[in-house]
Amino acid sequence: MQAFTYHRPTDLTEVVKILADCEDPKLLAGGMTLLPTLKQRLAAPSDLIDLARIQNLHGICEDKSEIVIGAMTCHADVAASALVRAFCPALADLAGQIGDPAVRHRGTIGGSVANADPAADYPAAVLGLNAIIETNQRRIKADDFFTDLFETALEPGEIITALRFPRPHKAQYQKFRHPASGYAVVGVMVAQFAGATRLAITGAGPNAFRPAALEEALTRSFTAKALEGLQLDPDELLSDMHASAAYRAHVALVLAQRAVGLIA
Amino acid sequence: MNITLTVNGQTLTRDVAPYLLLADFLRDELRLTGTHVGCDTTQCGCCIIHLNEKAVKSCTMLAVQADGAQLTTIEGLARADGTLHPVQEAFRDHHGLQCGFCTPGMVMMGADIVRRLPGADEETIRHQLEGNICRCTGYQGIVEAIMDASSQAKAS
Repeated sequence: MQAFTYHRPTDLTEVVKILADCEDPKLLAGGMTLLPTLKQRLAAPSDLIDLARIQNLHGICEDKSEIVIGAMTCHADVAASALVRAFCPALADLAGQIGDPAVRHRGTIGGSVANADPAADYPAAVLGLNAIIETNQRRIKADDFFTDLFETALEPGEIITALRFPRPHKAQYQKFRHPASGYAVVGVMVAQFAGATRLAITGAGPNAFRPAALEEALTRSFTAKALEGLQLDPDELLSDMHASAAYRAHVALVLAQRAVGLIA
Repeated sequence: MNITLTVNGQTLTRDVAPYLLLADFLRDELRLTGTHVGCDTTQCGCCIIHLNEKAVKSCTMLAVQADGAQLTTIEGLARADGTLHPVQEAFRDHHGLQCGFCTPGMVMMGADIVRRLPGADEETIRHQLEGNICRCTGYQGIVEAIMDASSQAKAS
């Protein structure tokens, strides 16, 4: 790991100032992706800004009809939260399937969402459950957030502060887990809201996405059968040593049908 | 940068480089070499310690991130009088190790599982061990040991 200056601010104003003053700063949340990246020298930031001491980024609360999860809340706390489980069991289940227990004690929801790894689990929840990404500057709709491989709508100097989830009528997350890494080869979140079904896929494309044809079919008839004969276009999906694009397209459809089957 | 933390009940202050990993701090600075570094890539779990009573991989934390924290390493798991932790005892009873390299991490993870999930069944324990790799035992003895300690924890 190359040398850097370590900062540990206690409020967001200080973070913004350090971000503006430094040459090549990086925000440190749980570090479950960033620290391995630094160890491999795939990144060499001049400054690391640790967000752990900013108190109002931690914790889970209910706000009217939404559940609000602070950006620095770790996966284990989301998975174990009685509030999250009562509000949306699929979200707690998803958090409990990330990585392994020791990783879940450190990795954070804000870090995962900001990193936008194509195989991360949370993007499927954020997009499928129609969450709002709260930052120090504005609120961003999930539909506008994930833009490309590791790319998001976040501007330089913008910091995720919380994720706001509306309550779905019902939701299910189904994941084909890579047996070694724990990442989603494909993960599918299906959520029923009043009048509409949302379906978000992670792991398969460069970023989490909602296939319109599948959602339309489910909005017409919420049955696994309604998805029969539909296809995702493999040309738009990822292909790597673990799974071809055609395989990912197939698995996504199977997982979507399973998720619907568990709800319907 | 100065950090003050409590390791196995002892509070200490050290001056560390920001990029020093917690695992290297424990091993090289404090000479607590029971914490092993197997893969150095957050996969194998040999470096698991307890940070504020939660299992974490110390190869994927900076020492500066542990400033102010309470740490327990494998050296601090048994009582001061030498009485083994129930998970350590169970590893002995069930032959939960062969070469021993993964054992500190397995025992620290096992203690974390027993604390969170007393009475956990075999399937749960196997899932909970997803972040710990053993290349000798085939896991059977390890799983049996943690199941035993877990059922004892529920009974007590």
